[in-house]
Amino acid sequence: MKFAWVIGTLVSTRKAEGLEGVKFLIVQPLDERRLPSGEPYVAVDATRQAGLGELVFVVASREAALSLDESFVPVDAAIVGIVDDVHAPLLPEEE
Amino acid sequence: MQLAQVVGTVVATQKSQRLDGLKMLILRPFGLDGKLGSGYLVALDSVGAGLGEVVLYCTGSSARQTEATKDRPADAVIMAIVDTVEVGGDVKYQKGKT
Repeated sequence: MKFAWVIGTLVSTRKAEGLEGVKFLIVQPLDERRLPSGEPYVAVDATRQAGLGELVFVVASREAALSLDESFVPVDAAIVGIVDDVHAPLLPEEE
Repeated sequence: MQLAQVVGTVVATQKSQRLDGLKMLILRPFGLDGKLGSGYLVALDSVGAGLGEVVLYCTGSSARQTEATKDRPADAVIMAIVDTVEVGGDVKYQKGKT
């Protein structure tokens, strides 16, 4: 799983079966110091509570679909947690 | 999932039988700035996307998790047609407008 920031929302009314009521959010992937790294992408919000600007963590690939009530859905990224705190004292400061 | 625009179609009469009956569309990455990125991919369509529409597609084995692509050799499927994209409060894309 990886850290990401929620930077936007995406609305789609015509989508694959099983995705009814599922919210799409646009996330900016982050590196281990929670600095932006890589291109934004779209994830479903399995927590249903993630808001703009929040630090979240995302599960990728087919397992992403397992975070939803209906798991036979074409989903490859899902927000599965909203981060309250990160405590990583052994993470080296600068490379 | 990634944002893309449908820029073309692929027709192949000689192909794996497991792909029979599935529409193949050419996608180009659609940036949050509304500009098309470089590169392309051919994705199967599960929602009836049309030329020019901005869509969402997923890749990897998740792409087989639709009735249309189940147990098929599919690694990319269009699974949503985008109505609105909003980033940091600004509408970056609105179907039919931008």
